[in-house]
Amino acid sequence: MNLFTIASRSIRQRLLSSSLTMLSMAMGVTLVVAVLAIFGVVQKSFDANATLGYNVVVGAKGGKLQLTLNSVFYLSQPIENVPYEYYLEFKTQEFRFQEYQGSYSFKAIRQQHATRQTLAISTLGSSGPLGGLLGLVADATLQNEMDTMFPWNRPGKYKAYTNFVIPLCLGDYFGPYRVVGTTPDMFNLLRHGSAADDPYAMQGNGRNIEDFSEQHGYFEAVVGSVVARDRDVKLGDKINPSHGSEEGDSHATEFTVVGILEPTGTPNDRAVFINMEGFYRMSDHAKPLENEDPYGADQQGHKITDSDYRLPVEKREVTAMLVNMDPIFSVGVENAINEGPAAQAVYPVLEIRRLLDVFVTPVKVLLLVLTVMICVVSGLSILISIYNSMNERRGEIAVLRALGARRLTVYGIVSLESLILSVAGGLFGFLIGHGLIAMSSPFVEARTGVRLGFFDFAPPLPIAIPYLNQLSPEILLIPGLVILAVVVGFIPAYSAYRTDVAKSLGK
Amino acid sequence: MLSIANLKKTFTQPGGATLPILDIPKFEVAAGEQVVLIGRSGGGKTTLLHNIAGITKIDSGKILFDGLPLQTLSQEMRDRFRATNMGYVFQTFNLLPAFTALENVMLGMAFAKGKTDRGFAQKLLDRVGLKDRSGHRPAMMSVGEQQRVAVARALANRPRLLLADEPTANIDPANQQSIVDLIKESCEEFNIALILVTHTMEVANQFSRIDRLDDINQLAARAEEAIS
Repeated sequence: MNLFTIASRSIRQRLLSSSLTMLSMAMGVTLVVAVLAIFGVVQKSFDANATLGYNVVVGAKGGKLQLTLNSVFYLSQPIENVPYEYYLEFKTQEFRFQEYQGSYSFKAIRQQHATRQTLAISTLGSSGPLGGLLGLVADATLQNEMDTMFPWNRPGKYKAYTNFVIPLCLGDYFGPYRVVGTTPDMFNLLRHGSAADDPYAMQGNGRNIEDFSEQHGYFEAVVGSVVARDRDVKLGDKINPSHGSEEGDSHATEFTVVGILEPTGTPNDRAVFINMEGFYRMSDHAKPLENEDPYGADQQGHKITDSDYRLPVEKREVTAMLVNMDPIFSVGVENAINEGPAAQAVYPVLEIRRLLDVFVTPVKVLLLVLTVMICVVSGLSILISIYNSMNERRGEIAVLRALGARRLTVYGIVSLESLILSVAGGLFGFLIGHGLIAMSSPFVEARTGVRLGFFDFAPPLPIAIPYLNQLSPEILLIPGLVILAVVVGFIPAYSAYRTDVAKSLGK
Repeated sequence: MLSIANLKKTFTQPGGATLPILDIPKFEVAAGEQVVLIGRSGGGKTTLLHNIAGITKIDSGKILFDGLPLQTLSQEMRDRFRATNMGYVFQTFNLLPAFTALENVMLGMAFAKGKTDRGFAQKLLDRVGLKDRSGHRPAMMSVGEQQRVAVARALANRPRLLLADEPTANIDPANQQSIVDLIKESCEEFNIALILVTHTMEVANQFSRIDRLDDINQLAARAEEAIS
């Protein structure tokens, strides 16, 4: 018969009192597990946002945080737009050439070119060989300029350092959710998850928007999982963005939902993505120009199909660009952009971290303080319970002493009782806590995108203690409970140690 | 085997006043000898047993157990010595309610040797007539049965001295004799010296040596007066 048997029998003898004490500890640990789980959700949400899949956001000059908020989280109001040409500075020469084809500048140069050619030919006919030669030289010079100087003949300035860039056009809403005009690259190239390697997946038979589809033209939409659930959006539904705000007038333009995102835990769950060209086609979205029709009635950009043209570059703007850039060059590119007059580049993760440091870190500290307080209260309940039982147990302890148990032995028995109550209560609380976490998982996942399972442990705490900051605090809960039991068991155990055998012993 | 000389014990009362309770010039018990100590309530009988068992320390004098001066031992050593050399039967049995009869007997072994002998514990229960009650807890047993378990527990470590403090006081008359017989016979069987405290002459008269505490304790009359 060992001390454990004696201690556990003593616990069993006071089954109701012991059960309530254990329950108190279990509730305490359940709360601790819940608090740590909340902490974990906050942490995982942050981690999901800390690896955005891009490292630089480019937008109009203004507040860095504002640019980050409205381009990463779709919060706050967009600062301003930047010309579409800025977006093209991150693209290949081929893409730029295609995009510039319908531009007014491209047309102007083409028209000048044609005029000069006509002029040269007529000069050759009327002014003799010299005049004609001069005309041809001028034409050759123009051609040379077109080849070397004009933007469609070179790759974007930042293309060499850019892996991919995703344009965002903001300003409209679908209910309370932001409508984002973008390109198919948004979900073709962008990745999410803690390692930024999870592709965006569509629910059911959904698909990404296309640049131009035969079926819906430029008017396709992909809806985030939260939006779809909240607004009961299904594939094939038509949605009309409202202009400027949630209460704004709805555009007449309809977009067909072709995809619904699987939950990702990113702000993209809470947004609607439409084709950027479709975005421009909504009323008042294309950039108004001073001379709206400089080259006749043809305002169309380059031709897509016989009946579809893209708007000319000059009439297009972007609110922000999400740039996945080679980190080696990102600082230089950021400086170059920020030194220019048109745009600013920010590191969104840096801005998010600053923001979270202001708001989330105090919450984390609060949660930790709460956790410690819960542990202390639970520990005190054990102390009070065992201590209160000491009076009725003094006779038993005296008997043990009379039978030859040493003082340290009875000290050990009472400490062991405290330990059993703490650890058993703790394990029970652990099971309840994780059960609750598993049960709440669908709810949490729907709102944060963070998946929680029964065996998901809280992430390490941000403490500056080596090794400990590598372990889940739930692992630390076990030695923590043992230490707590020893500490709170000390007073009743010492009381047992000090028991006056002669006085406490029934005759 | 047991030799007490000039034992003095004084209690300090709550107000700070001292109350001399024992002053025993000489008291001896030979190995295997059975002694009955009689005296009125409050005379210091239990205090004397506690002193011998080392549960309380004496103020002065000597308690020699086979020549070993128990009064010089530390608390820890007295606990250990008591566990291995003495058995104790209380008036109120003092069985632990969470344990079965067998476990109560084994509990007596646990603190002496660090290990228990289930077979011997069961044998002791058989000896006290509780062969079929070993799995029962005290609350499920009669007072007579409980005291039998207490006797078995006191014998569990094969002690050399058994201290029995009014072991029949709480037992109905029908069971009293069987408990006395059990203690008496067990001590004879295992060659255990016995000091049995009682205030019942019917019990005392069954033993060959009867000591009156008033005769050996010079303060008995005074202590009795003060307590009453």
